[in-house]
Amino acid sequence: MPLLSIRNLSVTFATGRGPFKAVDGVDLDVEAGELVAIVGESGSGKSVAMLAVMGLLPWTAKVTADRLSFDGQDLATLTPRERRKIIGRDIAMIFQEPMSSLNPCFTVGFQIREAMAAHLDLSRAQRQARAVELLELVGIPEPVRRLKAFPHQLSGGMSQRVMIAMALACRPKLIIADEPTTALDVTIQAQILDLLLRLQSESGVGLVLITHDMGVVAETSQRVCVQYAGQQIEMQTTRGLFRDPHHPYTSALLAALPERAHGRLLPSIPGVVPGLADRPKGCLFSPRCRFATDTCRTVPPPRANAALGHALCHTPLVDGVPRAQEIAA
Amino acid sequence: MFRFFLRRVALTLPTFVALMFVTFVAVRLVPGDPIEARTGERGIAPERLAMLRHDLGLDQPVWQQFLHYANGILHGDFGVSIVTKTPILHEFAILFPATLELAFCGLIFAIVLGIPAGVIAAVKRGSIFDHSVMTVALAGYSMPIFWWGLLLIMFMSEYLGLTPVSGRMDLINYYFEPVTGFMLIDSLLSDQEGAFGAAVAHLILPSIVLGTIPLAVIARMTRSSMLEVLSEDYVRTARAKGLSPLRVVGLHALRNALIPVVTVIGLQTGTLLAGAVLTETIFAWPGVGKWLIESISRRDYPALQGGIMLISGIVILVNLIVDLLYVAINPRIRHGG
Repeated sequence: MPLLSIRNLSVTFATGRGPFKAVDGVDLDVEAGELVAIVGESGSGKSVAMLAVMGLLPWTAKVTADRLSFDGQDLATLTPRERRKIIGRDIAMIFQEPMSSLNPCFTVGFQIREAMAAHLDLSRAQRQARAVELLELVGIPEPVRRLKAFPHQLSGGMSQRVMIAMALACRPKLIIADEPTTALDVTIQAQILDLLLRLQSESGVGLVLITHDMGVVAETSQRVCVQYAGQQIEMQTTRGLFRDPHHPYTSALLAALPERAHGRLLPSIPGVVPGLADRPKGCLFSPRCRFATDTCRTVPPPRANAALGHALCHTPLVDGVPRAQEIAA
Repeated sequence: MFRFFLRRVALTLPTFVALMFVTFVAVRLVPGDPIEARTGERGIAPERLAMLRHDLGLDQPVWQQFLHYANGILHGDFGVSIVTKTPILHEFAILFPATLELAFCGLIFAIVLGIPAGVIAAVKRGSIFDHSVMTVALAGYSMPIFWWGLLLIMFMSEYLGLTPVSGRMDLINYYFEPVTGFMLIDSLLSDQEGAFGAAVAHLILPSIVLGTIPLAVIARMTRSSMLEVLSEDYVRTARAKGLSPLRVVGLHALRNALIPVVTVIGLQTGTLLAGAVLTETIFAWPGVGKWLIESISRRDYPALQGGIMLISGIVILVNLIVDLLYVAINPRIRHGG
């Protein structure tokens, strides 16, 4: 039984121009202690899917799923009160913008201790001791003094370390990190990523890493899930994905990595992700796909089997060559 | 912090000078002078008029009168009432507790109702509750105070017979010497049974009338500030910790949302004291507002000048306190610069 198990998760936002499906049929399993990456460009619904797991979406969002279970419990049927016992204790989340994710009106210490006060049966002194320990763990010097600091007195990297400490406070089983390094300086990005990976391997916590950086995926994760326009288009082991991507989008993404490019010009994918108004009838990637056929443009693609990375494609690639699904399998 | 305080205090000085000038001029722009106001239509012998004017210093050039008045204020002397011959400061000290008591209760009414109403409207935005609160707030803000006061008197006092119509106390049933000047406190100190209840009953309607505009402003401000804060990342972080909605909204969001609301509350002190003039007149409330109105009809120059200066001074002082309070609740200002 996986720690987190999601089947056919969809999130629809009620907008002024009608419903908008931000997440469309996502499946995901995360085992205890596993590191899974979710990649995709902005607007591909990767954050929204994970916010749905956390129950943090605004009221305009409607979440449906065939299965949404964590640690054997069905998140969808829990009462809000029961769900809050899991959120913040067993599943913690780290956000993209560390500077604005900390409350400017409260000290760092208050915000770290608060999570413990909500979930753990610790005395005031124990909470303080644990907070000091956590700041040491995430590499913040002078922890006792830093606990008294307000968020605006910290740098971005420092704030993200605090957010990580906060996430670890109740010893969670799963951490969801939503582009934890995107808002940081390049030099700090590597530090924070290393810190996350070190903590993950030391504590054996499951980690879902949302990113748009294929480089990060290659370095860190065991499995990777690729999202495009709200749909999950490919899911396989990281090694397999880099060796033989099955969806044309994945293939194009990898081809655009500087270290893999051959010619003088970096290859790019023409066009943009479809929005609410210009959603294609068939495959959502068909307008930008090099291999698109008439079938691709008119009929929504089926999902391929595990050997083909669950690719959502009429003609999944095998060694870079498109094959019809029956033949390919 | 200390430098901020000094700078802030220094900034109030030009305001005071301007105030001194404006009140002096405005009072003299009203046609008629104290002597004419007292003699009325019958007139007075020219020699006697000249003599009385001379006694009050009204025959001096206006600029000399101003210097005399400014000099007095700088020495803490607000002059003597032309009508009652008592020092302005003394009259003000007797009347001000009544106004302060009324303004305080009005403000408490506005805050206690306004902040929760604004918060709930923001949390349940778009709901019937939200729309009703905002409509009522708009109505409350637009309603003329005197009309609203009369409506309430008609309904609550005349029709339902629940509250007294005017004044601060049932003087037929209770009498005691003022100790603090605050009727709520004095009635308790008097040990007379029912006196405190009577004091509260007299306060209800005037407080509601005076508190209505601030209530509307506070509710609307809290709502919009809250709406902004609720979409902030740190509110999401608080929810991600699994905290209860009450704690997320009431602590994490409200603490931030209150920063602009506190400023608005501070600015409302001006509205409150201005509103007190009308409210006190409607309810025959023996406070500074009613006294100022009466002083206008008597052309009691020193009382008007001094009274307005004192009231304005209090408004300026309260705004100063609010600015300092603002620093206290917003750590970003406290530590910056």
